[in-house]
Amino acid sequence: MKVVFERPKTLLEKPFTYCPGCHHGLAQRLIAEVIDELNIADRTIGVGPIGCSVYIYEFIDVDFVVGAHGRAPAIATGIKRALPDRVVFSYQGDGDIAAIGTSEIIHVANRGECITAFFVNNAVFGMTGGQMAPTTLVGQRTKTTPFGRKPDMHGFPFRLGECLSVAEGSAYIARVALTRPQFVRQAKECIRKAFMTQIERKGFALVEILSPCPTNWGMSPKEAVDWLEQHMIPHFPLGELKVKERLFHETS
Amino acid sequence: MEKILMRGNEAVAEAAVRAGCRLYFGYPITPQNEISEYLSFRLPQVGGVFLQAESEVAAIHMVYGAASTGARVMTSSSGPGISLMQEGLSCLAAAELPCVVVNMSRGGPGVGNIQPAQSDYFQAVKGGGHGDYRLIVLAPSTVQELVDLTYRAFYLADKYRNPVEILGDGMLGQMMEPVVFRDPEFPPLPPKDWAIRGKGNGPRKWIVCLDLDPKGLEELNLKLWEKYRRLEEEDVDYATFGCPEPEILLVGFGTVGRILRSVVREGEKEGLKLALFRPITLFPFPKKALREHARRARAVLVVEMNLGQMLEDVELAVQGEVPVFFLGHTGGVIPTVGEILEYIHRLLVKEVRA
Repeated sequence: MKVVFERPKTLLEKPFTYCPGCHHGLAQRLIAEVIDELNIADRTIGVGPIGCSVYIYEFIDVDFVVGAHGRAPAIATGIKRALPDRVVFSYQGDGDIAAIGTSEIIHVANRGECITAFFVNNAVFGMTGGQMAPTTLVGQRTKTTPFGRKPDMHGFPFRLGECLSVAEGSAYIARVALTRPQFVRQAKECIRKAFMTQIERKGFALVEILSPCPTNWGMSPKEAVDWLEQHMIPHFPLGELKVKERLFHETS
Repeated sequence: MEKILMRGNEAVAEAAVRAGCRLYFGYPITPQNEISEYLSFRLPQVGGVFLQAESEVAAIHMVYGAASTGARVMTSSSGPGISLMQEGLSCLAAAELPCVVVNMSRGGPGVGNIQPAQSDYFQAVKGGGHGDYRLIVLAPSTVQELVDLTYRAFYLADKYRNPVEILGDGMLGQMMEPVVFRDPEFPPLPPKDWAIRGKGNGPRKWIVCLDLDPKGLEELNLKLWEKYRRLEEEDVDYATFGCPEPEILLVGFGTVGRILRSVVREGEKEGLKLALFRPITLFPFPKKALREHARRARAVLVVEMNLGQMLEDVELAVQGEVPVFFLGHTGGVIPTVGEILEYIHRLLVKEVRA
């Protein structure tokens, strides 16, 4: 009998510990699928953040390094510079990458560091209990914006992907969602391209993955998926934000 | 062996390369920039990596990443930059990652100034960042010792899987002295079987600096503590100089240590019976040895370029056996041999012989 669907080899055989309706598990499964398909598990090193995303090291069967909040891009730089032939990826949430770690991610992109970054954007601080993130939408209620995010008080939801696209060292930037089968297929393709950008030494690659957080949004999983499509996607449009072919790393 | 005239900062850098350091991440700050500048051309010569980071915060986490792979890696900075690195140092200690951090310290607090000072002592030896951890802290007092202790720093970092700080100051970093680069010779080290290099055909590994289970985290802390206890047994270092049974035992580290050598010599000419006890490892602090030396003196005088930081460790070590006095300058002011001698004369008349 032909196997048409199975658990990716690189996804460890244990249940995800994420809340019902969270898309971390989906995102991590897709990353594991791509690692399998590219046959790179033996030479891949993951870098974990702080926040709900940190649990990735429990589920993906590759070597992992986990450090301080927001510093994954710097840690990944240290690893990649020490071991240039390994495949290094980081996995961060929006608080980690777009608030405390903004400096590290901008400079890793600007240096054109050959790493692959994954950014799970759920418009809220998840693990700490639902406070405002840089990506929180205008009007969105959180634990620290009980009356909704007001631009004159709290500024605007930050579009990190667009920001990193203008860095000369970034080679591939895409934003995806996982709310429909069609989006999932597109997301997997973007994840594959982001790994290939590194493997072909084109420069920095990032895939931003929009994810619902039903627990902290105070919604059911279905309501959260609908809210993501109705409110997040219009502000964070899906698609490839940057695709660059130049092999600028071959200068020396 | 050939003697070379070298600036302290460049000597540290060359010693690091000879000790096998192949990666350096740093951010400019005076008075230690010659370390980065030297390594920016020297590391590529040996196939190494020099990378100027966007901040000290990024630099120390790049060190964390590189150290995870088992490579010998270093960063350097000065006071304000070392403050920014505390987050990473806490993580490095928690993850038991070896690395070397050079602090050519300057006047503080705040941005302070760029003159030599020793006011980072507490930060260096008491942990510095959050949590129950310590750095191994070495305090050189000559450019030659900067070289030798840089070798030792890499060895100790690997032996104990712990970050090592070399605590110098702006004077030591900037001064030029003749140095000899002997080949580093140390006992064999355990294999770095913990290093993260991609799992290959084996089982995967991970390095983390968190443990959400209180029992697990306590276990880690106890393991770290056991390591620090072992350090105290096996790797305490200090130097002594002068009269075996002095009236006053002078205690000072680093730059002050070399000034106090002159005080002992000059004092001898004036008929004073003085000796110097210079801790070389500030953590582990040479408690037992200092106590034994203090017992043979009538008083202890601690001199520092701060307002009494090592003083607290000296008092703890001496345990009231003899009176402990203190003379300090801070903010980048360097104590002179003349003023220390004058202070000693006054101390002898008013306190010690009274």
